[in-house]
Amino acid sequence: MNAIIFSALSGVAMMFTGIFTTNKSAIRNVAVIALLGLIIVNLLHSYGIFVVRVNTHSMLQFETFGLFFNTLVFAATLLFVLLSGKDVTNAGTYGAEYFALIFFVLCGVSILTCYNSLLMLFIGIEILSIPLYILTGADKRNLKSNEASLKYFLMGSFSTGILLMGITLVYGITGTFSIEAMRPAVSVGAPNYGILEPVGLLFIFIALLFKVSAAPFHFWTPDVYDGAPTVFTSFMATIVKAAGFVSFIRLFDARAIEMGISWKIILPVIIIATLLIGNITAVFQQSVKRMMAYSSIAQAGFMLFAVYVNNDMSKEGILLYTAAYSIATIGIFAILTRMKDITFDGFNGLAKKHPVLAATNAVFLLSLAGIPLTAGFFAKYYMLAAVVKENGAGALWLVIVAVLFAAVSVYYYFRVIQAMYFKEGEPEITEVSGGFKTALVMLAVLIVLIGTFPSALLNWFYF
Amino acid sequence: MPIQYYIILSLALFCIGIVGVLTRRNAIIIFMCIELMLNAVNLLLVAFSKMHYAAAAVANKAATEGTEGQLFVFFIMVVAAAEVSVGLAIIVMMYRNIHSVDVSFLNRLKN
Repeated sequence: MNAIIFSALSGVAMMFTGIFTTNKSAIRNVAVIALLGLIIVNLLHSYGIFVVRVNTHSMLQFETFGLFFNTLVFAATLLFVLLSGKDVTNAGTYGAEYFALIFFVLCGVSILTCYNSLLMLFIGIEILSIPLYILTGADKRNLKSNEASLKYFLMGSFSTGILLMGITLVYGITGTFSIEAMRPAVSVGAPNYGILEPVGLLFIFIALLFKVSAAPFHFWTPDVYDGAPTVFTSFMATIVKAAGFVSFIRLFDARAIEMGISWKIILPVIIIATLLIGNITAVFQQSVKRMMAYSSIAQAGFMLFAVYVNNDMSKEGILLYTAAYSIATIGIFAILTRMKDITFDGFNGLAKKHPVLAATNAVFLLSLAGIPLTAGFFAKYYMLAAVVKENGAGALWLVIVAVLFAAVSVYYYFRVIQAMYFKEGEPEITEVSGGFKTALVMLAVLIVLIGTFPSALLNWFYF
Repeated sequence: MPIQYYIILSLALFCIGIVGVLTRRNAIIIFMCIELMLNAVNLLLVAFSKMHYAAAAVANKAATEGTEGQLFVFFIMVVAAAEVSVGLAIIVMMYRNIHSVDVSFLNRLKN
């Protein structure tokens, strides 16, 4: 509760900051302080200290997993603001308002990690999405940004419509919005529409698959990620996507049984399709930004494993994946914002001119590819181990397919590394400050640390 | 009136909305079709809410079942209004740049 209230208030505070000052570094500092405050109040909540007590009438339910995820997301946002705060204020005409919208997105995230009622799911998704439509179109004069924003908006509200229809059908049968299976006896004499509930749940799942951009509902992702200003793509691809997965897991935990056994067949198909489309299409991209968009679809395929199996290990896996994937992607996009030419060729010879940028970028890419000693390796390992733990040798084929696709992903990640280290060229890059380089090095160190001692992060989860 | 009629009417409206979104090329009309989908949901929610109340009221006159459904409708209305304001702003922004609201121009990003 602390996090929800405080993030909304921080958003409002950021808007007022925009009125009183136009000094960009002051605005950034206010945002960093508000984020630190947000992390602190959320940690206080984890230890049982409430700043505000609100009776939520069991519409929200706070658990360690959700609270820890909140902390992780806020910390990732803090890293994002520290690293790319300058680009946020320079993305369009306004500075403080973009930070305000980011705080509203965080408010949506903290609702999605603890909802206990389909009403809160709907509100959380909307609070998360509406600011994103605006952020996508932040660069008002840029046609690509306009197009991405309109596309995102139309697709987003279309999927909201489907989500609402699903919620309504479930409500019609069960008479409640609570996601815990409370079924009051369906009225006597009312006709039996038992089929409506699985259909309703299916609609909800389709809408959520839209949000996390899993195949076959992924088609908006590359266009939107490509068109949006690069800083906001970085935010969308990491923090927002992870939040979508957590909401998915909560719902699947509670209601998957009612869909019958069929989801056990549907979900592996979706996972494999997502991995296939994401990885194979990424191979053929010329622009690194677009490659990252497809790679984010591919990573979503891996994260879907946490929805498919639900045990302690998969929960640890999704936390680790969120941390590893967010840090690496935020770093890569921060470097990408500085590049004048965002195709693979633009990276030619980066290692000679900017060795620090090239080295950290290589660490981030290795982590995304899942090479040992980086965080990405353990993230993928935990996911696959969770599948084997749950289903035994029967699910081994799924693990093998996933590993094969991870091997495919190595190809396009290494193309960037190859361009940076083994090709000659004159990369054009805007001025980078010493602070930016230090922040990048810190991110890279963080990735290696998590990759060496993943248990340090996870032990913290159990306090 | 039996609940089936409401379900069929809402699903019909919902399908009209979906078909409209998928086939029309004008951003404003697509937008209207999305609103139609949301309103079909509202109608169905109110019908279900009434159904649950009627079922509960047989046993207990002071039953409060079904109020949730009507509350949800208000939330949908509020959120839809917020979405409309953002959506129309985006469409206006696009119109200023290209003087058209036709979405078939939306293929610049493909290549």
